[in-house]
Amino acid sequence: MVAQNVGFAVIALVMLVGALRVVTSRNVVHAALWLVVVLSGAAAQYVLLAAEFVAVTQVLVYVGAVMVLILFGTMLTRSRIGTEGGLNNPRWWLGIPVAGLLMAAMSIALVGGIGDEKMPAGAEPVPTAVVSDQIFGPYLLPFWALSFVLLAAVVGAIVLARKD
Amino acid sequence: MLVNQFLLLAAALFCIGVYGVVARRNAVLVLMSIELILNAVNLNLIAFAMRNGSADGHTFALYVIAVAAAEVGVGLALVLLIYRNRRTIALDDLSEMKG
Repeated sequence: MVAQNVGFAVIALVMLVGALRVVTSRNVVHAALWLVVVLSGAAAQYVLLAAEFVAVTQVLVYVGAVMVLILFGTMLTRSRIGTEGGLNNPRWWLGIPVAGLLMAAMSIALVGGIGDEKMPAGAEPVPTAVVSDQIFGPYLLPFWALSFVLLAAVVGAIVLARKD
Repeated sequence: MLVNQFLLLAAALFCIGVYGVVARRNAVLVLMSIELILNAVNLNLIAFAMRNGSADGHTFALYVIAVAAAEVGVGLALVLLIYRNRRTIALDDLSEMKG
């Protein structure tokens, strides 16, 4: 139990530092690499929360595919790799009160609503068979809709990015 | 493990992502901030799945991951198109539709 909490604290700290670096870095490629840290940390938290299949999917889809897409996007829309100015809005400081107020509201709601409720002890990792029974059972309709969304996204991305 | 430690971490990630969306000017960096927000939501879903002892949250998290992948693909294609036409992806330069 103690080991889990220590693991959570270390990973959470790394994730928060990484997330702050993503939104403050002055180099787009560095921001993308910090995003890898945050996404891998999220995968580790999923393992702590007994969601192994989701953790593996997170690594495959986010750390693998999405990051490659973002790095390609960076490469194709910029002439040079390195530090550059003008990544922030002129009135970027407006984001600080917005994020601060949002965090305060959510903290009050969470501490007041959930309090110090504990996770059920000794939870087993959820078997992948249960997840697949969910997807191909009660959630089959969203799954079909999702496959159409992915198809439309692939075709749309090709049409948009095509040189004609 | 408390339930709230995961929810507060997700809330912090969400707020950092919102700050990124507000403060950033480069379209690729805004997309990265949106990824932070989507990950915060996924963390919430998985945490509540463990709290309630059901696998519904896992299914939803998988669907969110798939939608996020589609969103990044289309979003980057749009950014690429804008860059090809305008030679810039600074979001405040794209103001033709302002009334």
